[in-house]
Amino acid sequence: MNKITSLSEAVRQLVHDGDLIYAAGFTHLIPFAAGHEIIRQGRKNLTLARATPDLIYDQMVAAGCAKKVVFSYMGNPGVGSLRIVRAELEAGRLEWEEYSHFGMISRLQAGAAGLPFMPMNPTAAVDLELANPQYRTIIDPYSGGEVVVVPALKPDVAIVHVQRCDSQGNAQIWGIIGEQKEAAFAAERVILTTEEIVPEEVIRADPNRTLIPGFIVDAVCEVPYCSHPSYTQGYYDRDNAFYLEWDKISQDRQAVQAWLDEWVYGVRGRAEYWEKLGHEAHKRLQVKPRLSQPINYGSY
Amino acid sequence: MDTLEYSSSELMIINAARLLRDGDVVFVGVGQPNLACNLARRTHAPNLLMIYEAGVIGAQPARLPLSIGDPTLVSGATAVCSMYDIFSLYLQRGNVDVGFMGGAQIDRYGNINATVIGNYAQPKVRLPGSGGSKEIAAWANRCYIMTPHQKRRFPEKCDFRTSAGFLGGRAEREAAQLRGGGPQAVVTDIGILEPDLSGELVLAALHPNHSVEEAKSNTGWDLQISPALRFTEPPTQNELSILREDLDPQGIYIKSSGG
Repeated sequence: MNKITSLSEAVRQLVHDGDLIYAAGFTHLIPFAAGHEIIRQGRKNLTLARATPDLIYDQMVAAGCAKKVVFSYMGNPGVGSLRIVRAELEAGRLEWEEYSHFGMISRLQAGAAGLPFMPMNPTAAVDLELANPQYRTIIDPYSGGEVVVVPALKPDVAIVHVQRCDSQGNAQIWGIIGEQKEAAFAAERVILTTEEIVPEEVIRADPNRTLIPGFIVDAVCEVPYCSHPSYTQGYYDRDNAFYLEWDKISQDRQAVQAWLDEWVYGVRGRAEYWEKLGHEAHKRLQVKPRLSQPINYGSY
Repeated sequence: MDTLEYSSSELMIINAARLLRDGDVVFVGVGQPNLACNLARRTHAPNLLMIYEAGVIGAQPARLPLSIGDPTLVSGATAVCSMYDIFSLYLQRGNVDVGFMGGAQIDRYGNINATVIGNYAQPKVRLPGSGGSKEIAAWANRCYIMTPHQKRRFPEKCDFRTSAGFLGGRAEREAAQLRGGGPQAVVTDIGILEPDLSGELVLAALHPNHSVEEAKSNTGWDLQISPALRFTEPPTQNELSILREDLDPQGIYIKSSGG
């Protein structure tokens, strides 16, 4: 089944007010273009779950899309504070639910595997477990010892950016593979954004690289440069300068609004955004190729 | 003779690097811990294996990584896995020798707060939170902490315990039966704190040109002095050159006082 559609159509059809969203990607492949489209379409009362909310959720919170965040590390990676989310939490205007990274991804793993919860060994650092009643401690029925458990996370929508997929959504990712596969399997609906749509033969030539099978995917959107200022391994570099710049912009709500007006509301989509970034930025983010050795699957 | 000039960040990074052993499997963070590991790999620990929480094993970064998920960590690494795998197969399973920690507060027993100053539900200052540290502190064989030595960073007791040191004392950690050995050293810009038999952090070493009084007056509890107090060797020209010329040529992490 051909699932190719535009990103704006996919968001219109599949992302609803009040949904629990998981926009996947640990530093890598963060689907910024989808976050911006959700902002443009004015979605409200979303619960935004991500291990690291990163700038994508800082921007969505700033634009008023969120009622709650679920996270395990709320910082601007490599820079410092994630200012908008932090200020909203400190002001009591935004609900939050917090885990460690392992707790957060164990929740996704349970959701992806169809399990009710996932056990972890105790860490003796119980303050977060006391602060978040979703953490429970139960007795291991085999040893009689204790295990800490977290409930399955089942997003309404997972948004996953990939290097390439076919028209059915069979998707291949390389580089840091964080929690994309788990988010896709855990979610009710899956929006794939992709740098490239390739013929099915390309996917079939390297099946071990496929992390997400097409049959769990609802929409396939070809969105080159979707993850800027995050990055896509082998396609373009992380824009570390922008992560630093956002640290300044996000100190001032008027500057944030002006930025959203210019770079989110002021463009129709990612193509226009990328064009607007300009030649210098394109050149700065270019990466030199470093190819892997082909492997032999054998012809049987 | 101590004639070379160096920043307090360089001093901490170099002393942290010296704590690493050849063959250690290290769970690395970005910034200063990353520099300490790369420096160790370039000097006395060529077989150091660097693991990043983003799911990268055996990274050999060709440039200075500016985030925990920098693409330079992947290119040339020996393996890449999911986050679930890195925390379960590698860390929880017991395959990590060393973890590096940081935080806003480190208390008398090496417990760390990276979550909140004030009340959790009504935060005065909200910090980033655990990330990987809750589990690293529990399950890595040895943990090292790097932080500037300031009174506000070393309170008697943390506002929030994000990750476990020796809890209320070594006996309490032992009773919890965590697989990791807990914090082994806190490297500051004044010296090195290490846990004594009770798990309390005491002054175990002083860097050149620093004093016991300075360490005591910058610590929030009545800092005890180890009977075997040592003095660290000053940074060498070789260590400083590797840091300045190869690892951090723009001085992003070595110029500041850190933290």
